[in-house]
Amino acid sequence: MKQILRLRVNGDTQEVATEVNKTLLEVLREDMGLTGTKHGCEVGECGTCTVLIDGEPVLSCLVLGVEAQNSEIVTVEGLKERNKPHPLQVAFADLGAAQCGYCTPGVLLTAKAFLENNPHPSRAEIREALAGNLCRCTGYTKILEAVEMVAKGEAIR
Amino acid sequence: MSKTKFSVIGKPLRKVDAMGKCTGETRYANDLELPRMCYAKLLRSPHPHARIHGIRTEKALQLEGVYGVITGADLPVKFGIMPSTEDEEALAVEKVRHVGDPVAAVAAATEAIAERALQLIEVDYELLKPILSIEEALAATEESERIHSWNRRANIQKAVSFEFGDVEQGFNQAEEVFEDTFFYQGNTHLAMEQHCAIGQYGPGDKITIWSSTQTPHYLHKAMSKVLGMPMSRIRVIATPSGGGFGGKSDPFSHEMCAVKLAMITGRPVKFNLTREEAFYTHRGRHPVKMWIKTGIKKDGTLQAMHFRSFLDGGGYSSYGLASVHYTGTLQTVAYKLPAYKFEGVRVFTNKPACGPKRGHGTPQPRFALEIHLDKIAEKLGMDPVDLRLKQLTEPNTVTVNGLKISSNGLKECIEKVVARSEWKKKYRQLPYGRGLGFAASAYISGAGLPIYWNKMPHSGVQIRLDRGGGITVFCGSSDIGQGSDSILVYAVAEEFGVNPAEVRVVTGDTDLTPVDLGSYSSRVTVMTGNAAIQACGKLKKLLLEAAGETLEVPVDDLEMVDGQVRSRSYPKKAMSFVACVESAEAKFGTLGATGSYTPPPHTLKYKGSGVGPTPAYTFTTSVVELQCDPDTGEIKIDKIWIAHDCGRAFNPLLMEGQTEGSVYMALGEALMEEQVFRKNGLHKIPSMLDYKSPTALETPEIETILVETNDPEGPYGAKEAGQGPLLPVVPAVANALYDAIGVRIDEIPITPDKVLRALEGRYKGVSVPTFDFPPPVKWQPGEGVAVAQKS
Repeated sequence: MKQILRLRVNGDTQEVATEVNKTLLEVLREDMGLTGTKHGCEVGECGTCTVLIDGEPVLSCLVLGVEAQNSEIVTVEGLKERNKPHPLQVAFADLGAAQCGYCTPGVLLTAKAFLENNPHPSRAEIREALAGNLCRCTGYTKILEAVEMVAKGEAIR
Repeated sequence: MSKTKFSVIGKPLRKVDAMGKCTGETRYANDLELPRMCYAKLLRSPHPHARIHGIRTEKALQLEGVYGVITGADLPVKFGIMPSTEDEEALAVEKVRHVGDPVAAVAAATEAIAERALQLIEVDYELLKPILSIEEALAATEESERIHSWNRRANIQKAVSFEFGDVEQGFNQAEEVFEDTFFYQGNTHLAMEQHCAIGQYGPGDKITIWSSTQTPHYLHKAMSKVLGMPMSRIRVIATPSGGGFGGKSDPFSHEMCAVKLAMITGRPVKFNLTREEAFYTHRGRHPVKMWIKTGIKKDGTLQAMHFRSFLDGGGYSSYGLASVHYTGTLQTVAYKLPAYKFEGVRVFTNKPACGPKRGHGTPQPRFALEIHLDKIAEKLGMDPVDLRLKQLTEPNTVTVNGLKISSNGLKECIEKVVARSEWKKKYRQLPYGRGLGFAASAYISGAGLPIYWNKMPHSGVQIRLDRGGGITVFCGSSDIGQGSDSILVYAVAEEFGVNPAEVRVVTGDTDLTPVDLGSYSSRVTVMTGNAAIQACGKLKKLLLEAAGETLEVPVDDLEMVDGQVRSRSYPKKAMSFVACVESAEAKFGTLGATGSYTPPPHTLKYKGSGVGPTPAYTFTTSVVELQCDPDTGEIKIDKIWIAHDCGRAFNPLLMEGQTEGSVYMALGEALMEEQVFRKNGLHKIPSMLDYKSPTALETPEIETILVETNDPEGPYGAKEAGQGPLLPVVPAVANALYDAIGVRIDEIPITPDKVLRALEGRYKGVSVPTFDFPPPVKWQPGEGVAVAQKS
């Protein structure tokens, strides 16, 4: 049985008719066309499907769509502001922090939430913050550099 | 001809697809949805080894929402990546050979319905005794114990034996002889994106498949064979890949089934494997047992080496034929070896098939060789770096097994990591619990021969010039995140003297792009780069002729830079690239050209010499500094220095990225990753939580040093960087552990329990089986003749 969900995603409130047992990951990808959120395991182990719910990084494969109503959801598609890339997006592109790019949306959102709480982190703190997001391509080095560059340079709004 | 001053090459530019990957706009296979699409699942064997006596699918077909069910009878034609060992079926016809082997496939309105339908399929299995180790496979020589029926000796997929130079004399001349045994555990790619494919039939009698494949051309060929349809009716589109590392290089069951189900149901059919299925699809690192014996002079000069490898291949051949050769052939490339004997055997076991993972077949023997040399250095009372320095191969030389080395930056790589790590100050001088380890390695920049025998180019590039100045590059290569699309753009922008932003790239689409063999064997930069430069050369000839006429400047005085064609002598005599394209189109008609690349001709005549040659070898060295807590056995890597001879840093950002990723992946293999199975053939840890891989916390600081040697065969002198840098890191970890706490672990992963056992004197080392290898192919350096091999 489908049910109408009211979800606020990237600043827009939308109604979608969907099965109540669907995860937020599935609702975003399959019912809302927001395929920027990726899946790596669908059981909460890899961090790939991370989105922000009320500013906190959350694994969207472990949340039901119905649970995410009345919350402010941000996906990678919502990172740009007025079509201007977020400083993290610029830094990741410039420093080669995205290779295959599959883990990138989740890493970006985790990093955004982290920097908002801790604008001047040490590298050790960045490592800790990103430890739940697996990346198989980069060896994390350029990811850490990119997050550091943003922390040292442009302030995050 | 070759340029020395560059405007694009050597610059740390963004990848062309970087921003799309940071905004979520890149569309991977599973992001594609087509009208009327249905979703498919595979029924997989729960048994490691069983005969199938019957499959009943009627109940599944009757389930509401099920559109089609297929079994082995629907796709009986065998396939496999290597033409001489095609032993796979899309769905098992007679036997299943590992847990997870696909048996039937269902297409339905939703994945959930497809999964329910799978439970309604009844399979009659006759259970057979599973073979789960190298030793069991070697012992199971009875015909009744066979996993496959096509191979000559029961459960031996391939056995090889070679003797180069005079091995007996080499050992006779040696003053010391050392022997060691090693085990390299298997591990898997664990690409973040699970395999995905979408098959579509029609319009017309035509097939389209979108797949997360690394090798669209080989998939194209395999699909044609299995479906009995000409390649001209099949279109393979390689979607942007969410990581490959070799794990998406075979043609797969789900790809064949997606198309077959599309033909039956009249709907597009999508397969998206679960993470657990990806573990069972595998094709990853072979578990390899190794024995090595080396004869050496007291001054440390190598005289002869005898090396044996035993590969646990899993249930199918996959790339195994190449894998077994790779465990031996590159042992000669880093150090001068006057005589070398290599014997290797790959066995079948009832586990998911192993295949190529980053470094394909070479990390295992490199692990053995580099620890072995470390041990020898200690016994001879030499610094392990000095032992290596005594016998480095040199540029423009030929190895004892006939491999031609062109550029060679090994010595510089050693000097750089030794200096940066302060090796001389730290080695053997750090306090107990802290240590430093060194290792070196060599790798190929692309295989010298294609996977199926043919005389055609390995890479083709087509370039179209638009009268608005637009440049579109078409190439069959597939970007798996390493940046192969960007390499094409950089080369073309460099050649035409334009901003890379003016260049569009279309890749991995067999309807649109000329053949490139795919993203494997670290071949893409060298081969597509050369093909692109050749295509540009043909167009430049036309462009410059037209510009010369318009500007009234002799052609050889013209250059293409800064988006202009201009006179070198009178730079004011210039026209824009756009105007130049217009005048050339007016003069010559529509502008397009192709370029292709074929590696240097294969001149070695001995059987088995096809694996090992390459356009250019790369060299890498690494120093690892670590700490080990002797109470817990826990290892913490402090820092890794890595120097890689990449020929030329085509884009240093990308070369560094490949190197850092290789180091990280090597650390996972050295310390924690393992693809291991229970006695009933089930994977012990088929999840990303239990299959431990390094996180941002365990990955240490990596200092990358790029060494440039300007290889004559590489585009602008460039060589590979995607795989070679993995190789030295794993043995360097083991060597550093010995420096730290004085124990040797001769196998990976080096886990705390093994370290503790070793500290307590209970680590027994590695046992290696015996095997009756075939008589060797004998070859003397410089000779063209070889003794024929029987097996």
